[in-house]
Amino acid sequence: MSTTAPAEDLVVDLEVVDTTLGARTRLLRAVAYGVLGLISLVWLSTAIHGGTAHLVFDGHTVSLPARATAIVVGLVILAIAAWQGVRGFGRRATPWAAGVTFVLFMVAFFSWVSTQGHHPDIEVVGLLQNTIALAVPLILGALAGVLCERSGVINVAIEGQMLAGAWAAALVGSVAVTWVGLFGALAAGAFMGVLLALFSIKYLVNQVVLGVVLNVLAAGLTGFLFDAFMANDSEKFNQPGTLGEIDIPLLHSIPIIGPLFFEANIVVYLTYLLIFGVDVALFRTRWGLRTRAIGEHPKAADTVGIRVLALRYRNVLIGSAIAGLGGAYFTIGSVGGFAKNITSGNGFIALAAVIFGRWSPRGATAAALLFGFAIALQNNLSINTDAIPSYLLAMLPYVATIVAVAGLVGKVRAPAADGEPYVKQ
Amino acid sequence: MSATTVTPETPAPDAAPKRQRSQAWDTALVTLLSFVTALFIGAILIAISDRQTRDSFQYFGHYPGDTLRFAWSAIWHTYQALFYGAVYNPNTAANHNLAGYLGPISETLTNATPLIAGGLAVGVAFRAGLFNIGGQGQIIIGAVCAGFVGFHWHMPAGIHLVAAVLAGLAGGAVWGGLAGLLKARTGAHEVITTIMLNYVAINLLGYLLSVRGFQAPPYGQAIANSVDSNAQLPLLLGDSLRVHAGLILSIAAAVLVWWLLTYSRLGFRLRAVGANPNAARTAGMSVENSYVVVMLISGALCGLAGVSQVLGTNPAITGDIDSGIGFDAITVALLGRANPVGTVFAGLLFGGLRAGSPLMQQYAPNELVQVIQALIVLFIAAPAVIRAIFRLKTSGSTVGADLAKGWNG
Repeated sequence: MSTTAPAEDLVVDLEVVDTTLGARTRLLRAVAYGVLGLISLVWLSTAIHGGTAHLVFDGHTVSLPARATAIVVGLVILAIAAWQGVRGFGRRATPWAAGVTFVLFMVAFFSWVSTQGHHPDIEVVGLLQNTIALAVPLILGALAGVLCERSGVINVAIEGQMLAGAWAAALVGSVAVTWVGLFGALAAGAFMGVLLALFSIKYLVNQVVLGVVLNVLAAGLTGFLFDAFMANDSEKFNQPGTLGEIDIPLLHSIPIIGPLFFEANIVVYLTYLLIFGVDVALFRTRWGLRTRAIGEHPKAADTVGIRVLALRYRNVLIGSAIAGLGGAYFTIGSVGGFAKNITSGNGFIALAAVIFGRWSPRGATAAALLFGFAIALQNNLSINTDAIPSYLLAMLPYVATIVAVAGLVGKVRAPAADGEPYVKQ
Repeated sequence: MSATTVTPETPAPDAAPKRQRSQAWDTALVTLLSFVTALFIGAILIAISDRQTRDSFQYFGHYPGDTLRFAWSAIWHTYQALFYGAVYNPNTAANHNLAGYLGPISETLTNATPLIAGGLAVGVAFRAGLFNIGGQGQIIIGAVCAGFVGFHWHMPAGIHLVAAVLAGLAGGAVWGGLAGLLKARTGAHEVITTIMLNYVAINLLGYLLSVRGFQAPPYGQAIANSVDSNAQLPLLLGDSLRVHAGLILSIAAAVLVWWLLTYSRLGFRLRAVGANPNAARTAGMSVENSYVVVMLISGALCGLAGVSQVLGTNPAITGDIDSGIGFDAITVALLGRANPVGTVFAGLLFGGLRAGSPLMQQYAPNELVQVIQALIVLFIAAPAVIRAIFRLKTSGSTVGADLAKGWNG
C-alpha cells in the first residue's frame, strides 16, 4: 500500500485484502462447523443408547428423544457448514450462524450427557446463571483490558488489579458498610493502574514485563496485608458481608430471562451498563475516537492536537478501576470475604477474552461469556455424569484462544501502537 | 519499540573500554540500590504489620521512642530470621553437625537450582527478543515427563536417571517449541500463547493426577507415584541436606548458555534476531527458524527446572510441582539482566529469599519475600526511579527497554 495514496484508494485496497482473507476464513469456519456437525451426527448419536434427555428450564422439564435430537442437530449443523463453505454468511449473519451452531451443538451435547449418568436432569437455567456469575468478573477484567490496550498500553496486570480490588473491597466493606467496599475496589484497582501507567508511560518499562511484575506485587502485597491484619482479626477486617440481590421490578418476573438477568447484585447491573457504555463510548464519541487514535497511531494523534500521554494515563486509570470492580465481585459480590489469590487466574482468562474478542467490548464480552460457560459446564455437569473429564473441558478456553491468535479462525490484530511507549520528539 | 526511545550508543573507539567499565559499575550500583530500596519498603511493611509497633503508635506523640524501638526490633528480627534461614543460623550451628552448619546454605542452593534453570530459560528467550511467560507450563510438562519415566519404567541405576532427565528436557522443549512454532508459522504472539499453554498444562496435570497409572494408590489424593530411587538425582552433601545434583546440572546449563550466546554461531544468530529481526533477515538469517530454536532451548531449560523439582527436591508430582518457579524465573532473568552469570547470582539471591521465608514467617507473613522480589525487579526495570531517589547521574543503560514492543511486533 503506498502511503501517498488518497483516501479513496486506501478504502478499495483494504476491501481487496478483506475478501482474500475472507475466502480462507470462510472455509476454515465451514470446516469448524462441519466438525461440530459430524461429532453430533456420528459420535454423539452412536454414543447415545436410546432414552430421553431431560432439559430442565426453571422447573419445567423438556424431554427430547436423545438419539434423534443428536441426529437432527448434526444434519442442521452440516447444512449450516455447507452454506458457510459455498456461499458464506454476510457480515451481519456471521455471529448469528456461529451462535445458532453453538446452541444446537450444546443441545446435542446435553442430550448425550443426560443419558450417560445416574442423574438425567440437566438444569439449563442453573447452568446459564452460573455462566453469568462466572463471566461477570471476566467481562469487567476484559473491558479493563480493552480500554488500556485500545489506548496503546498493554495490560497484563488485570489479575493484579482484580486481586487488589478484591482485597480492598473486603477490607473497606468490613470497616464501613458492604457497598462502600465497591469504592475501595475502584480505588485499589486505580492504584494498580497508577503504577502501570507511571512505569509504562513515564519510565517506558516494557509493558508485558511490568504487568507480570505488578501481578507478583499485588499477590505479595494483598497476601502480606491479609496475613498481617485480616487473618487474625477477621471479624473486624474480613467480614464485609455480601451485596444484596436487587430484583428489577416487572423484568425479574419474566420466566427464564428474569432469574437469569434481573435477579442479581449491583455489580452485575454495573457490568451491563459498562458493556453498553464502553461500547458506545469507544465507537460513538469523541473520546472514543481519540482513544482509538492514540492506540493506533499516537504520532498522528499528537499532530492533530490530542494529548496522547494525558489520555493514556486517564484511560489506564479508568480501565484499572473497572478491573478492581471486577475483583470486588469475588469478595463482596459472592463469598463475602477475602482469601489469598482469590482471583485464581481470572485476570489471565480476561486477558485471553480481550484477545479472543479482538479488542472490542462486544467481542470481549462474548468471549468472557463463552469462557464462563466452559467453566460452568465443568462445575455443573459433574453432577450429571463423570464421562467428561472436567480438566480437559477446562482447557477449552485456552486452546480456543491459541487457535484464535494463530489466525485459524480469522485474523486477530492488536491496535497498532499497543505496547509501544510514545515519546514526543 | 520505536527507535526514538533508545539512544544509539556510538562512543569514540578509544573511549569504549572505559565507557563499558563505567556502565558495568553503573549497572551494579543500580542493582544494589534497587535491592536496598526494596528492603527499605519491606521494612516499612514489617513495621506496619507488627502489632506492638501499631499499638505504641497510638501514643507516638508522647513516646515516639517506643514506636521506633518496637519497629526497629520487628524489622531486625525479621531480616535476621531471613538471614538465618538462608545463609547461616547460629542456633542450629550449635548442634555441631553438618546439617546445623550447612542447612541454610543447602536450602538456598536447593531453592536456587530450579530458579537458575528457569531464569536461564527466560533470559535466553529475552536475548532472541522473545518473552517466555510459559515457564510454569514448561516446568509442569517437563516434570510430568521426567516423573513418568521415573516411576513408570524400571531401569538400572544411571541409565534410568539419564533417561528421566532427558525426558524432562524433551517435555519442556516440546511445550516451549510449540509457542515458538506458532510464532514462526502464524505470527501468534508468544506472550499470549505461552500464558494459554500454562493453563493447558495446569489442567493436563490436574487430569493426569486423577488417572490410574499416574496417580499413586490409594487414589485418594492428587499425587503421582513416587519416582524410583534409581531415577532420583543424588544428594550432594549426604542424607541430612536436601541439596542435590540438579544444582550441578543448572550450573552446567548456565555455562552452556554462556558459551552458546558468546561464542557459537547459533548464539550470534539468536542475538542478532533479538537485536533487530529485520536486519537479521536481510543478512540472510532465518528469523522464523531462530524463534523455534530459541523456544526449544528455553523450554528445555524450563524442563530442567521441572526435572530438578521432581527428581530432586520432591520426588512425587503434585498439583503444586511448579510452586511459582515459572513466574519467579522471570524476575530472576530480569535481575540477572538476561546474562547467564548474572542469572546464577540472581537465582542464588531469590533462592535465598525463598529458603529464608519459612523461618521468617514467625515475625512477618512470608509474602514479604514476594513483595521484595517484585520491588527489586520493578526498580531494575525502571532505573530512572532509582536514579531519581538517589540523585544519580543518568546513563544509557536500561534492561528490557529494547524489548518493549507490542502484540504485533
